Amino acid sequence: MPPLTFRNVLVAVLLIALVLLPVYSHLAGDRFALTLFTRIVIMALAAVSLNLILGFGGMMSFGHAVYLGIGGYAVGALANEGVYSGFVQWPVVILASALFALVIGALSLRTRGVYFIMITLAFAQMAYYIFAGIARYGGDDGLTIYKRSQFVDPLNLSNKTQFYYVCLTILFAAIYLVYRLINSRFGMVLQGVRSNEVRMRAVGFPTYRYKLTAFVIAGVLCGLSGALLANQADFVSPSVMYWTRSGDLIIMVVLGGMGTVVGPVMGAIALLVLEEVLSGFTEYWQIILGPLLLLVVLFARGGIDGLLGMLSERFPARRPS
Amino acid sequence: MTLFIEQCLNGLQFGLLLFMLAAGLTLVFGIMDLVNLAHGSLYMVGAYFAATFTAFTGSFVLGAVLALLATLLVGMVVEVVAMRRLYGRDHLDHVLGTFGLILFFNESVRLIWGPAGLALPLPAWLQQPISILGFQYSAYKFSIIVVSLIVAGGLYALVMRTRIGMLIRAGASNREMVGALGVNIKLLYTLVFGLGAALAGLAGLMQAPILTVQIGMGENILILAFVITVIGGIGSIRGALVAALLVGFIDTLGRSYLPDMLREVLSPAAASTLAPALSSMLIYLLMAIVLIVKPEGLFSAGQR
Repeated sequence: MPPLTFRNVLVAVLLIALVLLPVYSHLAGDRFALTLFTRIVIMALAAVSLNLILGFGGMMSFGHAVYLGIGGYAVGALANEGVYSGFVQWPVVILASALFALVIGALSLRTRGVYFIMITLAFAQMAYYIFAGIARYGGDDGLTIYKRSQFVDPLNLSNKTQFYYVCLTILFAAIYLVYRLINSRFGMVLQGVRSNEVRMRAVGFPTYRYKLTAFVIAGVLCGLSGALLANQADFVSPSVMYWTRSGDLIIMVVLGGMGTVVGPVMGAIALLVLEEVLSGFTEYWQIILGPLLLLVVLFARGGIDGLLGMLSERFPARRPS
Repeated sequence: MTLFIEQCLNGLQFGLLLFMLAAGLTLVFGIMDLVNLAHGSLYMVGAYFAATFTAFTGSFVLGAVLALLATLLVGMVVEVVAMRRLYGRDHLDHVLGTFGLILFFNESVRLIWGPAGLALPLPAWLQQPISILGFQYSAYKFSIIVVSLIVAGGLYALVMRTRIGMLIRAGASNREMVGALGVNIKLLYTLVFGLGAALAGLAGLMQAPILTVQIGMGENILILAFVITVIGGIGSIRGALVAALLVGFIDTLGRSYLPDMLREVLSPAAASTLAPALSSMLIYLLMAIVLIVKPEGLFSAGQR
């Protein structure tokens, strides 16, 4: 049982609120909230996956949005060919993103630092141009998906509430997976590599293999997020893997708190809700968001989770004697 | 044959233009160890300034000079207000902070100049073709080549032959030591950043009459500039020049000849789908190959 700090209570409240959101949406008749939060939950899944390699593994991938595209196009292309069964689509999503991550990772992980940032970016841009060039699947204009992934009755992804709970279940499963991973031997090695790779190698760990494994796991989780995103939008286009989308994912991770288990979820909520609020406030909302990001980078290094942690220290929980 | 020479000149022109951007990027990276995504925004700002000042003064050259000075100023202000606080942070902070700056610049431009693009008309004397060695070539593109070569030469002289250049190189290899020797590092950094901004602005205003001046114009070319700095080896101006020319030629020639070459080996239908995607991919492929073979780039600058 984790200690009863301000942060942990807030996280628990947040997770419960996510579970209860459709209830609110139905009672208040606020359909938009459900649509917005479905999107938030899907993006949170992508952010959680990026956090595994960025926050815990110290691998600064600037091309993570590419898996959103891989997952989305796996669903879209199969649907376009008349294969609607989720039991076929989703394993294909997992395989495709795993394979892609394996290839990208195997090549990129030979470099480090800025070179790693740039080579992941380059691979993502390459994929972007490939999909923009495939005329059969819509090219630049994207691909409309006429039927969502089909599972056995009564599960129906076209039902908004059901779809939301499917997304949320996958998100919670991913959070649990990351939590178990980072507390396992594998996770310890990964975090050791983040702190000092040379030392880890000297101790005798084949660090390359550990990093690659984490890279592939993160790719698969993000691919799933892409499949969900395509199902939600009933549409997939190359723009989901444009480099600014990778930037958005990094923002979510850092805004929420890098290297914390639920930080990215808070980051995704914060960024997308902020976008929604600011864009209602002024058409030129990015003029506020931009400097805000800079301020977060300069003055709030730990992100939201770090701020909550500071609050927890100021108001420490009373320990049960 | 004429077409081939023309495409080569286009490749040279594009490569030199990219060099202008990449040089600023690699200078800032080599000396301040700063990943500056907002470099493309300065390119955009330069183009917007040029369009405005040219319309205002009625002279392309005067407008270009004013735009250059204005971009230099914007660069220095950005350095003092934001960049200065990012030195010594890790690269993730740079990426995020400057990503925020991109959003800020894009929206500011939209607020000031509106969402529609601007056109920068060329004066008559740059519009007609000139003949070089007996065949016709665009006078404007030729003048871009000339100006870029002069700038590249000037940059080389500045960095390798002057006192400021010596300090810049010294700062790149050991900034603490240069500071300890009594050099005003803060001022030097502001100047270098301003110089990089002016180079980006120059590239932007020279490209502006060929393409439209629009929001986000800096982003695609920024990625190209990054690819070049990485291929050339971060911090190396010589590497940036070689890589920029390489990318310029490969991109231009790839776009014009790849479709025909593919048609030789594939069915016409397959070739016409594959060619555009493959030719946009070529340079990224080049970068991936370079990084796999030489993870530090072709001309790695500092053994830091």
